[in-house]
Amino acid sequence: MHKFANPTFFMKIANGIFPWATGISILCFAVGLPLALIISPPDYQQGDTVRIMYVHVPAAWMGLMVYGVMAASSAVFLIWRHTIAHLVARASAPIGAVFTALCLVTGMLWGEPMWGTWWVWDARLTSMLILFFLYLGYIALGDSFEDQERGDKAAALLALVGSVNLPIVHFSVEWWNTLHQPAIFGLKGFSVNAAMLQPLLLMVAAFQFYYIAVLVIRLRAELLSAKIRTARFNLAAAE
Amino acid sequence: MNGFNAILRRDLTLAIRNQGEVMMVIAFFAIAATLFAFGVGPEANVQSRIASGVVWTTALLAALLSLERLFAVDYDDGTLDQLLLSGVEPVVLVLAKTLAHWLTTGVALLIAAPAVALGLQLPATGYGALMISLLLGTPILSLLGAVGAAIVLGARRGGVLLSLLLLPLYIPVLIFGAAAVEGAVLGMTTTAPYAVLGGLLILALTLCPWAAATALKHAVE
Repeated sequence: MHKFANPTFFMKIANGIFPWATGISILCFAVGLPLALIISPPDYQQGDTVRIMYVHVPAAWMGLMVYGVMAASSAVFLIWRHTIAHLVARASAPIGAVFTALCLVTGMLWGEPMWGTWWVWDARLTSMLILFFLYLGYIALGDSFEDQERGDKAAALLALVGSVNLPIVHFSVEWWNTLHQPAIFGLKGFSVNAAMLQPLLLMVAAFQFYYIAVLVIRLRAELLSAKIRTARFNLAAAE
Repeated sequence: MNGFNAILRRDLTLAIRNQGEVMMVIAFFAIAATLFAFGVGPEANVQSRIASGVVWTTALLAALLSLERLFAVDYDDGTLDQLLLSGVEPVVLVLAKTLAHWLTTGVALLIAAPAVALGLQLPATGYGALMISLLLGTPILSLLGAVGAAIVLGARRGGVLLSLLLLPLYIPVLIFGAAAVEGAVLGMTTTAPYAVLGGLLILALTLCPWAAATALKHAVE
């Protein structure tokens, strides 16, 4: 694992993955979107509004997963001091925040026709909202220190503390009787019809690879800005 | 253990000599609750309906207000470096300072809460639950607060940042604290919210001191 801590080596792999991730993501979107939004059957109860699910569920899943990635990389950063792990966490945060926001917004759009309300304070929705706030706190904290290294560590610690929320989000529909329907992905398999499952899985894959592609772009930018900072220091020192 | 006692005694002595800080927290608690009373109007039944939530929310905000200074004062004048250099385990330091914070702010809020609740026309059946839920809940606020306060040490706009970090983490405590009072007012059993608050307290007690200690070590590095 320590081999990957070398930024040059890491970026070589990341750059190798990048075209594949982009390609697969575009392909999955190209096949999945028409399948999900036009071809797949409408729900017998919900009608066409069920199509929101194909964006809502993958977005929710990604919101959780990206936070998991953030927490795991933050732990690696705090334990082994691998800067690249922190860069992964830092680059992931805005992406995860947007996924979570997308999940909340599509959920509201779905809730209005189905439940007759944009928002209810039930456990699933509230814990997802907390997740969104945690992302915002993480982003705000990292930029709030004069000393960049101190900001990095503080943010990493916050990511770890906030990971307490992840199981709460995941199990909220099982622990509490809520308006929100139970999870589609579970240990006992899938709880949707195959005609709906196919486009859903395609959309999940599309989101997944989209995240990887954007993450590589953001990592490039983070590393470049680090290089620029070092170059400026050297320039200032030389003068 | 000596270090723990010494730090606890020091912080309590400082709090007794400098009573203004605790008074300010209580004053904030009372004024914020008053704002709600004016905001919803003088109707007694509306006020008593929302009293449980308002008392809990304002108590939570008042606790938050005092947390910014938990480590910041010692950090700014270098005492924190000395304390950590003295060989006291950082976890012990955190536990002592958190306990001192709870004994001053938390207990003060507990004492003031019935008066504030009275002003908001909380029905008589709710007071027992209010006190028990605050007794279980305010230590969690102090423990989580210690983590937040340690993380934001040395940050720009530390106070605003602290609220942004802590308020999301405070939501579960608020939900179950207010639910206990609400349940008692409606004549339901309140065992479930007490159990959850107790569980959260144990969880916070086992995890927060270590997280805060790690943040303190990073802060003085």
